[in-house]
Amino acid sequence: MRAMVVDDSKPMRTILKRLLSECGYAEILEVGTGREALDVMHAGAPELVLVDWNMPEMSGIEFVSAVRANPEWNDVTLMMITTETAIDKVQEALAAGADEYVMKPFTKEVLFDKLEIRKSSRA
Amino acid sequence: MPITAAEFDDVRDFVRQMSAIVLDPGKEYFVESRLGPLAKQRGFDTIGHLIERLHRDDVLIQHAVIDAMTTNETSFFRDLHPFEALKTVVVPDLLAKRARERKLDIWCAACSSGQEPYTINMTLQEHFGGQLAGWQTKILATDLSTEMLAKAREGRYAQIETNRGLPATLLVQYFDRSGTGWVVKPELKQNIDFRQMNLAAAWPPLPRMDLIFMRNVLIDFDVETKRRIFNRIAQLLKPDGYLFLGAAETTVNLHDGFQRLQIDKAVCYQLRS
Ligand SMILES: C[S@@+](CC[C@H](N)C(=O)[O-])C[C@H]1O[C@@H](n2cnc3c(N)ncnc32)[C@H](O)[C@@H]1O
Repeated sequence: MRAMVVDDSKPMRTILKRLLSECGYAEILEVGTGREALDVMHAGAPELVLVDWNMPEMSGIEFVSAVRANPEWNDVTLMMITTETAIDKVQEALAAGADEYVMKPFTKEVLFDKLEIRKSSRA
Repeated sequence: MPITAAEFDDVRDFVRQMSAIVLDPGKEYFVESRLGPLAKQRGFDTIGHLIERLHRDDVLIQHAVIDAMTTNETSFFRDLHPFEALKTVVVPDLLAKRARERKLDIWCAACSSGQEPYTINMTLQEHFGGQLAGWQTKILATDLSTEMLAKAREGRYAQIETNRGLPATLLVQYFDRSGTGWVVKPELKQNIDFRQMNLAAAWPPLPRMDLIFMRNVLIDFDVETKRRIFNRIAQLLKPDGYLFLGAAETTVNLHDGFQRLQIDKAVCYQLRS
């Protein structure tokens, strides 16, 4: 299974990558901006993308909207990982097309549970 | 705060009598780690002094000790599969069979801080809300711990609790933001009746149930108590009702009145006909 982590913070990327590998992802790409992330998508979309909200250049929401605008990427699971905890932010992310929304701080179990729920709601 | 062997036996007997929970020998450390903070909080300088009060029928202390000794761990959509089974098989079956009465009685025994009954309710409303309109759907949610029940009734959860297992779509739909946490909307509470009940003591009169969730509580009980409880469930569950136990619990080898039913990755039980 392939996943991608999109976050402008290197330490955060490292943490997320470790969690994803513990959740069974074999190949995990990491990029620091939404633009690079879109380049990766064009080269070959992963099954899962974890994306931060606040990033310079292109925000997580803009990235999510861009991915959802392309029907080829319908099957890609998009999870926002963010410190934004207001309810309208969650709604905004879901409306833009995010499948899940994870608020920091969180544990491996949180991510694992959410991935399991995604899997079964698709099955 | 260390305890003596006699004090450990004391606590063991008391906990067993009050809740049927069995503390195996060697669990001294566990008792110390749970009762030490409680003793301190209530102003006792040793656990022994706290235990003395147990015998003076100090009900508040008794409740607090039982609360401290029970494991309350739970989460929204815990183990996931039982709720998938509700969605795919159990509720559709009950909807068809109860189409005339238009009534469902659900019991969530040992509901802890409420995540389980709220999960059941969200599952019902999300997937069967339309069909259940005009039905009388009641969820009875019980627990031994008054502290857990108070929390369940209030339905207020910290961020880390809602993060666990609760899909974001359901969070925004069924919860309101409250300070740094979240609180369950009234519409998700209105058909849930939270009541204190000790599974190991005499049961109050209860309606016949269509669906029983009794998960992750029997595991701490002795065999005799488990058998007694299964006997009562066998009388309480409707002939075509469903029983869900925790992932590490089973009626097998304890009670032969039930048959095991596998629904995809979930396991539940029905009465043998
Ligand atoms: C681990 S929690 C399980 C919560 C939930 N059913 C779940 O599976 O996530 C166990 C609960 O059982 C309750 N409990 C322990 N002994 C009990 C008894 N004798 N009668 C009723 N509830 C009891 C505890 O207070 C605790 O809330």
